[in-house]
Amino acid sequence: MTEYGPLPDGGRPTARYIRHARAFCALLLAALLANAARVQVVQSREYDGNPANRRATIARYQQPRGNILVDGRPVTGSVDTGEQLRYERSYPDGPLYAPVTGFASQRYGTTFLEHAEDGVLSGTDPLLRPLPLWSDVSRARGRGGDVVTTLDRRAQEAAYRGLAGRKGAVAAVEPATGRILALVTSPSYDPAELSGNSEAVVSAWARLNHDPEKPMLNRAVRQTYPPGSTFKVVTAAAALDAGVVTDLDERTDSPDPYRLPGTTTRLTNEGEGCADASVRDAFEWSCNTVFAKLGVDVGARDMVATAQAFGFNDTEVRIPFSVAPSTFDTRVDRAQLALSSIGQYNTRATPLQMAMVAAAVADGGVLRPPYLVERTTRHGGAPLSGSGARPGRQVMRPATAARLAELMAGVVREGTGTNAAIPGVLVGGKTGTAQHGVGNTGVPYAWFVSWAQSEDAPEPEVAVAVVVEDAAADRGEISGGGTAAPIAREVMRAVLAG
Amino acid sequence: MTKAGSTLAAVGAPVRAVRLPRRRGVELSLLVLAVLLSVYGYCAVGLARSGTVPPGAVGYGAGLGVLALFAHIAVRIRAPYADPLPLPIGVLLNGLGLVLIYRLDLETPGDRAAPTQLVWSTLGVGLFIGVVLVLRDHRVLQRYAYVCVVAALVLLALPILFPAVNGARIWIRVAGFSIQPGEFAKVLLAVFFAAYLAANRSALAYAGRRLWRLQFPTGRVLGPVLTIWLVSVGVLVLERDLGTSLLFFGLFVVLLYVATGRTGWIAVGLLLAVLGAVAVGRLEPHVGGRIEDWLHPFATIEAGRGPNQLAQSLFAFAAGGVLGTGLGLGHSILIGFATKSDFILATAGEELGLAGLAAIVLLYALLVERGYRAGLALREPFGRLLAVGLASLIALQVFVIAGGVTGLIPLTGMAMPFLAQGGSSVVTNWAIVALLVRVSDSARSQYDGREAP
Repeated sequence: MTEYGPLPDGGRPTARYIRHARAFCALLLAALLANAARVQVVQSREYDGNPANRRATIARYQQPRGNILVDGRPVTGSVDTGEQLRYERSYPDGPLYAPVTGFASQRYGTTFLEHAEDGVLSGTDPLLRPLPLWSDVSRARGRGGDVVTTLDRRAQEAAYRGLAGRKGAVAAVEPATGRILALVTSPSYDPAELSGNSEAVVSAWARLNHDPEKPMLNRAVRQTYPPGSTFKVVTAAAALDAGVVTDLDERTDSPDPYRLPGTTTRLTNEGEGCADASVRDAFEWSCNTVFAKLGVDVGARDMVATAQAFGFNDTEVRIPFSVAPSTFDTRVDRAQLALSSIGQYNTRATPLQMAMVAAAVADGGVLRPPYLVERTTRHGGAPLSGSGARPGRQVMRPATAARLAELMAGVVREGTGTNAAIPGVLVGGKTGTAQHGVGNTGVPYAWFVSWAQSEDAPEPEVAVAVVVEDAAADRGEISGGGTAAPIAREVMRAVLAG
Repeated sequence: MTKAGSTLAAVGAPVRAVRLPRRRGVELSLLVLAVLLSVYGYCAVGLARSGTVPPGAVGYGAGLGVLALFAHIAVRIRAPYADPLPLPIGVLLNGLGLVLIYRLDLETPGDRAAPTQLVWSTLGVGLFIGVVLVLRDHRVLQRYAYVCVVAALVLLALPILFPAVNGARIWIRVAGFSIQPGEFAKVLLAVFFAAYLAANRSALAYAGRRLWRLQFPTGRVLGPVLTIWLVSVGVLVLERDLGTSLLFFGLFVVLLYVATGRTGWIAVGLLLAVLGAVAVGRLEPHVGGRIEDWLHPFATIEAGRGPNQLAQSLFAFAAGGVLGTGLGLGHSILIGFATKSDFILATAGEELGLAGLAAIVLLYALLVERGYRAGLALREPFGRLLAVGLASLIALQVFVIAGGVTGLIPLTGMAMPFLAQGGSSVVTNWAIVALLVRVSDSARSQYDGREAP
């Protein structure tokens, strides 16, 4: 049995070489397993995340998406198409809730609540995993949860009906909490048109994006307007807090017309009787001259501080989707300050921001950060995360808030805002007609901000801001009261009735 | 015990007294397990896809069970000492392949491959039974070595007369069936190599002139070696079949090494293989493209043309992770037209995960190991080389195709033994298992205890 002689091993191929060949085969198969482990474990995240890998998209649409709820009822749905991307979003009342829901499109992604709460709705939120560690291994996807909004269905409908397709927006909040009760933009669109992946979706996308009316623009939170006279609420708050005004009925030292400091430009009023008018009269009749001078008297520093306390220049507002920052210019000369103080120059505000201003007045000077999501739940209703309420902050003295409330009530009782009056309800408001365009040639924006408190209620229950872009071409101060105030009234009535 | 004892007493020969136990009961139990696992997989697919147990579960299970039973009976009659593992492994892999093909059929309602595969599987098991019953001694094959090689070359050359399919010229279409003759050729070549090398190994190992430290065999002996190498490269060039040529070449080198024990042959083999691959990779755009895809699997994505099949296959494996998505719940259909054949392993990887894939590779490894074990136990050179050749054939083919779809080596269009859709492949692999059963029976029944394997 010599191993190395000629024809060893009795003429048979030796066991030794067979074992070598066997080891070689074992090596090949071991290399396979090692490589499979590399692909399936080590580098799997990288492959999963490759944008050309459709699995994440398929998984996303494999199950029905969670719903967005208003007053306990879903305003969204899911349609089983039986296609590779199986479930498509449906919106039973699409245009009405579009500025809140946004769209969830297989082709164009998500916006607004569909975007901000995507983790919960699509089921990827870690909170939705029953056993987190195990889910990492098994790659299980949770069933989509629901998002319960703070919206009041009737207020939303009233606002949408009130705008009646005219360009504009409505924002309503509950002053004591910051809950957003209505968020409407007009003209709107149906997000269901963008849900799927078909050619129809592509053409709808192109059509909506090229529409001069900009139906996909969320005017309530993503568009800023010059707030015009509604900003006089802020100016009055600054003046009262700074002690520039102590008696609302005392005659002010304000000429009509008012020459802007350091310029030859003369600021005028739409109506008569503004010269040396008291703050109360000037507020009720919206005298530009009085408030421009008041802003200058308060000074840039205090005006900026008050405006920022109300939420101007805050770029971080999330409800939970982001809100366009409202602006009050911090680097102004006295003439610019005068214009800024009556809501012109670089002063711009979203309707939501102006609703916050009215809410702060109604809530004794406390500003509550607005929020749209009451809570998120698992599918079936078990709570996932709690209320979106955050602590409020005092933005003016309570006494100042009380006097402002008195002024606003006067506007509705006997001033420019009588159209907002509701029998048996205490309503406070402020009209505004904002000039814009080159040389103020554009059709002015009609504004109305207000709050309402029913007789037996301890505090105001709703604050509303309405802006209508193409108000009837009556350029008088009346357009804020004539066009926007009735819309606000219907929204407030809807909330108080509920 | 009493039964074994009585057998011993009846035969009475001392050599036979150390025969290995028959283990047919083990084989039967494993077969039952293999059939049950396949039926379970079939039901799992149905439950995942439609929430109900598929209507054919009992029928298919019974069909597979009857096939396995007949094969088992044939083994009991004609190969009672055979290794109990190869047959159950074949049934399990074949059954799992049927489950995967049935599962993929659900994605392509117009193209049902599972029924055809079942017919081919039946033919394959039939061939298995035929081989086990008819071939009483594997050494008979030695006599037909040259018939085998001629048949193999004819089969290899046939597809050249037929049009190319998907860029490769490896199919012939007869009466609606497409056959891949290269699959049959590989068994015939394994027989020829084993017989040729068993006859000429001393000449290969020691004759010829010596050049520096290498011992070169004479031209008469070396001639067939070079011929086979040229044929394998020729197949590649004419039929654009990188996989088959690699398989033949690998098989030949392994057998040459086992027969002669000369490491130099491996070096020469590797050198020739690299030369051939480089030359063909340069000259042949189809093969060159495969190599490019392997080096840069995501190049088509970066070029904006979407993922290619290899990238999709990698995505599928990655999506499976450790435990897989579960049968019927993956998306390997994204890979495209070859999902049921070349890329079926990607479905296994996605839906059964690394755990399932490892189990499958281990099944193949077990089959290979059992082949080697039979080779080690046999006492004559032809049987040894045949067993080693068949086992290596399985290992090489699994490596080439699995390595291809997981991005380890360039992709070649080959069928995963037993798993993939493809009649020629299933039939051939059953023939291989039949030969392994046959040689293991010889090894275990003639085992005389003089040399421990």
